[in-house]
Amino acid sequence: METFEEFVKRILTILFWFLLISPLIIFPVLFLLIPILGIDVTFANEILTATIDPLKAIKLADRYGVGPSSTFFKVAAFPGFTFAALVATLTILYERKLMAKAQLRVGPLYAGRFEGFLQPIADLFKLLGKELVVPEKADKTFFWAAPIISLGLGASLLAVIPLSPTSYIARSDFSLLIPFAIIGFSPLVVLIAAWASSNKFAFIGGLRALHQLAAYEIPMLISILGVVVLTGSFDLMKIVEAQKDVWFIFPQFLAAIIFYITILSELERIPFDLPEAETEIVSGWLTEYTGMHFGLLQLGVYIKFYVLALLFTLLFLGGWNGPAFLPPIVWLLTKLFFVITMIILPRAVLPRLRLDQLIRIGWAWLIALSFINLFIAVIESSLGVI
Amino acid sequence: MQNAAMNIEDKGGDQLVLHVGPQHPGSGHFRILVTVDGDYIVGAKPDPGYVHRGAEKMAEYRDYIQNIPHLERPVIIDATGVTLPYVLAAEKIIDVEAPDRAKYIRMIMAELNRIISHLYWLGIYGIFLGHSTMFMWPMGDRELFIDLAESIGGTRVTFSYVVPGGVRNDMPTNFTERALKTFDYFEKRIEEYKKIFFNNPLMTARTEGIGIMTKKDAIGLGITGSNLRACGIDSDTRKDEPYCLYDNVDFEIPTRKEGDSYARCIVRLEEMQQSMNIMKQVLDLMEPGPIKQVIGGVMRGEPGEAFVRTEAARGTMFYHIVSDGEKNPYRVKISVPSFRNIIGMTHLLVGSRLADMPAIYWSLDYWPVEADR
Repeated sequence: METFEEFVKRILTILFWFLLISPLIIFPVLFLLIPILGIDVTFANEILTATIDPLKAIKLADRYGVGPSSTFFKVAAFPGFTFAALVATLTILYERKLMAKAQLRVGPLYAGRFEGFLQPIADLFKLLGKELVVPEKADKTFFWAAPIISLGLGASLLAVIPLSPTSYIARSDFSLLIPFAIIGFSPLVVLIAAWASSNKFAFIGGLRALHQLAAYEIPMLISILGVVVLTGSFDLMKIVEAQKDVWFIFPQFLAAIIFYITILSELERIPFDLPEAETEIVSGWLTEYTGMHFGLLQLGVYIKFYVLALLFTLLFLGGWNGPAFLPPIVWLLTKLFFVITMIILPRAVLPRLRLDQLIRIGWAWLIALSFINLFIAVIESSLGVI
Repeated sequence: MQNAAMNIEDKGGDQLVLHVGPQHPGSGHFRILVTVDGDYIVGAKPDPGYVHRGAEKMAEYRDYIQNIPHLERPVIIDATGVTLPYVLAAEKIIDVEAPDRAKYIRMIMAELNRIISHLYWLGIYGIFLGHSTMFMWPMGDRELFIDLAESIGGTRVTFSYVVPGGVRNDMPTNFTERALKTFDYFEKRIEEYKKIFFNNPLMTARTEGIGIMTKKDAIGLGITGSNLRACGIDSDTRKDEPYCLYDNVDFEIPTRKEGDSYARCIVRLEEMQQSMNIMKQVLDLMEPGPIKQVIGGVMRGEPGEAFVRTEAARGTMFYHIVSDGEKNPYRVKISVPSFRNIIGMTHLLVGSRLADMPAIYWSLDYWPVEADR
């Protein structure tokens, strides 16, 4: 048995020898091909120099429309998918460590020298190495589609959410509404996954998820309307700018609490993790998913986690506003870290609710409270508090 | 779109048959066939027998000493609880009696095992309700009691420590000191358990008024142990028919009137406190002396039979041993608490919600291996 460290060493060794040997084959082939295909010689030269000089590489990428300021880079790397996936995987690691500390355990410890910080990579390799089992009676098309749609929905949430005044992918006057419109699709993913699995437990889990998400999306939307009333805009940029003096968590405290509770429900986290309740319905709608199918579904969920935590930060905690000695993005990430901690913590102290209790809280309490909050917002707005 | 989810053993209509177990995170070595109509359970059929090993029959082929590690297997989690009544019955047949010190050490081991078993139960109950911290904490604290028991018995769970005529070896000299330290720590932990779990509003909302067992039903179905005490009946074999030297110590029988899942939980928590209370008194009462009456040669007794009833962690453990004068017992009959406690489960599950199934099922502290034996 090789340990994880030996495994990483082996991979790095292979990579090292590949990088050392491949130029001996690739470069002669390249030089042979240049005159045949009639490629500009300077281009080949630039590519070769770019491989050893990052500054030249950036310039080259810029010229061909994939540089740091291009849309492609924004979508693919920062503040787009790669950054979100990185935050999502770090969230998983952070959650495991935090839960372990709360429960007098050590948590991930062996992958990586310091406190098992390489555990996400180990998990990724584990999931990649697993067999993809598709149940015989499953609806194959939809069974395969669900993880991809889930991740796609998670990724498309990132489109209009700004991270700082300068780093955003797309600007929209309705950037607050668009994420919620996309989140509205997530019950469908759950239903597709549950139905296609052809498993009774998955089916029950899917129905539970449908009940839950339907009951909690309404108070979620109404609770953010308070913020909209106060700022008069659906644009997240303007909403954050309006919080320069006072964060909306103070005038809109009720809304913040409702939004926080609905986030927990939307992410199917304890105490609202009924669709995945292990001891009742195995793993709920995720029961039949294995390997990278499961990995993609989880990644989709955790990217949604990141987006909802980000929205909470932008709507109620003043986004990137903060004293000027730190750049705005650092303030945003600090607040985001705090919100993520707050979303993880209930898992350490609360048991799971029952479906009827959950529905009662959603329909009877949260919707009523969110309407009350809307009135509060209207009064505050007419009194000119903000 | 084809879908087969609905037509596996479907009864038609809105009803769905779920196989909860034996491969299910919330079952154990055991199956319940649950019929659900929407969110409600309309039928529940416990299906034990997956771990039946014929322990009673196998006991007929082993002599009295060999039977101790053998009969410990069904309930390794409560090893002393299951072997103590056997040894007491064997002593009646062989006609020996353990010295006082041995009796006291047996009581300590029995109570330690009760705590170990209850903590295991509590951990599983926590995770059954989705409370993962309540899974880790009792499992961690259980190790302390396992360490204590290990210092006496030599192994972590299967001690085979109680033998006819006494106990295998004496306690270590520093046991009292270590035990009292652990008890002090655990008293504090119980308060923390209450804070995070037993007084947690979500936990009480999940368990209060769920799976109510009435006094009459409990008596009629032959329920014993904590489940009976949770219905308001202060029945405890340790008080009713004192064995070892339980009549020398003073302890309370925790009871509750409600008979619901929460009552069964809190009764077990209080039983752990009472167990520590008993052990503290026993440690005071104990005097140095012999720990074993040595029996020469092979153990065998006159033809006859012996009945012994003790209070194990899950309820009344009853042994009936018949001897025909040979070195092996002619018949060993074990009447285990788990099997009797499971009879009530069907009645409790029908009419409740699917989400209440783990909350009711595990509140009965059913141990499939013990029931199947």
